[in-house]
Amino acid sequence: MDETIRFKLNGKEVAVTTSPERMLLWVLRTDLEHTGAKYGCGEGYCGACTVLVDGRPERSCQFPLAKVESKSVLTIEGLSRGGKLHPLQQAFADLGALQCGYCTPGMILTAYALLLRKPDPTEAEIADALEDNLCRCGSYNRIIAAVRQASRALKMKVVKGAKGAKDVRSAKVVDHDAL
Amino acid sequence: MTRSKTGKPDLRPRPEPRLNLKLKARPRIEDDEYTMFGPDDPSGRTTLERRDFLKLAGGGLVVFFTVGGGLEAQIGGARGPDGGYPDDPNAYLKVGADGRVTCFTGKVEMGQGIITSLAMMLAEEIDVPLASVDMVMGDTALCPYDAGTFGSRTTKYFGPSLRQAAAEARGVLIRLAAAKLGSPEDALATKDGAVYAAPTPSKKIPYADLIGDRRIEVRLEKRPAVKAIAKHSVSGRPTPRTDARAKVTGEAKFAGDIRCPGMLYAAILRPPAHGATLKSVDTSAAEKVAGVKVVRDGAGDAGFVAVLHEKPDVAAAALALVKAEFEPSPSKLDNGNIFAHLKEAAASSDVVVESGSLEEGARLSAKTVERSYFAHYVAHAPSEPHTAVVRIDGNQAEVWASTQSPFRARQAVAQELGLPQENVRVRTPFVGCGFGGKNQGGQIVEAARLAKLSGRPVQVAWTRAEEFFNDSFRPAATYDVRAGLDAANKIVLWDYKNYHAGSRSSQPVYDIPHKRVLAYGGGFGGGGGGGSVRVHPFATGAWRGPGSNTNIFATECHIDIMAQEAGLDPLAFRLANLADARMKTVVRAAADRFGRTFAKAPSGRGCGVAITDYLNSYVAAMAEVEVDRAKGTVRVLRVVCAQDMGECINPDGARMQIEGCVTMGLGYCLAEEIRFKDGRVLTENYDSYDVPRFSWLPKIEAVIVDNPGLAPQGCGEPAVTVMGALVANAIHDAIGVRLFTLPMTPARVREALANK
Repeated sequence: MDETIRFKLNGKEVAVTTSPERMLLWVLRTDLEHTGAKYGCGEGYCGACTVLVDGRPERSCQFPLAKVESKSVLTIEGLSRGGKLHPLQQAFADLGALQCGYCTPGMILTAYALLLRKPDPTEAEIADALEDNLCRCGSYNRIIAAVRQASRALKMKVVKGAKGAKDVRSAKVVDHDAL
Repeated sequence: MTRSKTGKPDLRPRPEPRLNLKLKARPRIEDDEYTMFGPDDPSGRTTLERRDFLKLAGGGLVVFFTVGGGLEAQIGGARGPDGGYPDDPNAYLKVGADGRVTCFTGKVEMGQGIITSLAMMLAEEIDVPLASVDMVMGDTALCPYDAGTFGSRTTKYFGPSLRQAAAEARGVLIRLAAAKLGSPEDALATKDGAVYAAPTPSKKIPYADLIGDRRIEVRLEKRPAVKAIAKHSVSGRPTPRTDARAKVTGEAKFAGDIRCPGMLYAAILRPPAHGATLKSVDTSAAEKVAGVKVVRDGAGDAGFVAVLHEKPDVAAAALALVKAEFEPSPSKLDNGNIFAHLKEAAASSDVVVESGSLEEGARLSAKTVERSYFAHYVAHAPSEPHTAVVRIDGNQAEVWASTQSPFRARQAVAQELGLPQENVRVRTPFVGCGFGGKNQGGQIVEAARLAKLSGRPVQVAWTRAEEFFNDSFRPAATYDVRAGLDAANKIVLWDYKNYHAGSRSSQPVYDIPHKRVLAYGGGFGGGGGGGSVRVHPFATGAWRGPGSNTNIFATECHIDIMAQEAGLDPLAFRLANLADARMKTVVRAAADRFGRTFAKAPSGRGCGVAITDYLNSYVAAMAEVEVDRAKGTVRVLRVVCAQDMGECINPDGARMQIEGCVTMGLGYCLAEEIRFKDGRVLTENYDSYDVPRFSWLPKIEAVIVDNPGLAPQGCGEPAVTVMGALVANAIHDAIGVRLFTLPMTPARVREALANK
């Protein structure tokens, strides 16, 4: 039976009336016309469909719509602000951390979730967090470099904005809306 | 983009100011009517509508030119719709009344970066900022015929012609300025989209002002001189991808992101095995799902059944309700018996190269070694599965496809729908990986068929399982290689037979007096194309560096064995047997960066080397690996890859390709193998098909060997082709055991150690 599910999509309230058992990926891509999340494997192996639900990376192809009720969903379309790229997006573009671009939204969002919980990750921590996101073009080395660069850029923002915050690492850095 | 207030193309004749330039008049572009896709073009690509083209052709400078010639046509293996590929102008660029420059090309962007590198070549030659260049790619209505994007050929064949056309356009702009300024042409120069008088740069005229409302058409008859490389300021400089912004924001559209009003998504009934035929089907349960449309076409074993719905997931769920029975496949092949089959099926061979005599080579040989090598089927596994949207309106059809060959797709759709080709327009949004797999466009024909049967626009997007099932795999292949060394450790005999790998890169790069290279199954290994006898149990085809990556595996492993026989380290042995100075330079460049001294293998250090000449791009790679003897796992720690691709257009783009080749190549080295049995493809998703991931990543060092004296060669594929041999040789150096089969899985490594 159809139900109306309400949630925040990139900061805006949305309501969708459909079967709550449908996977979020298809609702985003067809009902809500947000095509940034991609179908890659349909079984949660590749990460191309990754979106954030309340700040956690989720495989939207495996995530029933019912579970987003009253939650906040961030897709790649919601990451830039007023035409200005998020530092992660900027770093991916600057360092060529993409080729075909199909896995890129999932990569960036998974990296974003990593930075939310660990603002200054090591290369090994980045690789570990992104291990289940597949890039067939083989941009892994550049993706790691891009996440490092974004992490540095975000720290600088915190230093600028935190008015005397001494330990940038402990600051709540990358909350999206703080940027 | 502009559109009239009514949203309809404005095709009224407009006055055409004529120029008194002695330029050959060309016929006007025909006023075909095309559906508008302006600012809301669902492909998200900067495209130029036909209507806009007409408008700008009324106020623009257009240069028609011819790309390629005989070689391109031969390699492409396909001709233009009229059969006349090389003779007519088949490409053009335009300088618009706004001063922007547009390149129209049938090539597609699938990650390899030509959207940037072609724009760089154009910007350089016509002297505009890179940001003033628009690329219109893979649109059959706007772009001239192109056989397809494959074989690392875009920069090599399209690039030079594009440069010449740009030089011609620049020349015309200077002539226009000379007339306007009353200056002699040779006193004028160009920079940043303007012509200026050399002594007084302030006295400049922007290109836009020169063109105004005029329409000038030029056919490139003579090849004008292009800029000396020393004067380049755009080309040759590391340049970020111009498509990066669209791709990091989610704005970049792929075929699956295209939406048409009334569009249905298809879920197609597939047989459980290749060769299995449909016996009976019951769609009644699926038909009960609200909104579902079941389409059935053809009877018996030709039966084609699909479930359509406005939501793709609902269509897929309804397809699961379809009950079907199939006759089993007659195929009895599997991973265990495939190599014996490939040898038995080998009928005739192509002679790839033959010189001297094998008898003489054998007579001169103090030592000979003969070995067989094997490579399993490998999938392209593109990030984006094959996808297409087809919309039919009367006798017109529009297609958006994930394809490497939009013009071939147009032909296939026209044939499927019984329409003339000019009534079919194929557009290519961004393509999410190709690697040769998207030369085949089965999904496009399926979408056309379903659009016709349903009367609605249809999207076909293969699931990952369908992608594995329908892919045209890299062919499984086997090789027999016999080589001989004379008393001075020179290779004097090379007797090489490949069975169904394809022939590319099977000619050794070494200086060998007596050699013969045979390819059974033809240029693409039998089954891929060209009408060769079908020996494989499913479709096979080009896979990034087709033929080459397994030929190089067999060749370069065997060279390592001969080095060991010679008692020499693998690097010294190679250098001693190479005559090609350019190759030696590349090998030394890799060795310099690698910085480790090679020793006679097995040294226990895990160092390997492999080299190749891939269609005249030279590659030398060196690696260090670590092997866990108990588990059989191989970890590649470091890869240095030196490449001479002639003049390098975008060094950063070239590095990306080399790094991507190395990373991707680890998959077919160590893990990727299609499992199959009796026509069934047992590999259905990434849980049973391991592709490289972050944890596999070695330190990759790409070394671009500067060679501006050589015209630009290809870069998308060469480096992937050495990876199999590179890693096999390094494994041997590490543990003293040689693996003869790709992929070198932990089980095979353990087995090889056990049999040592």
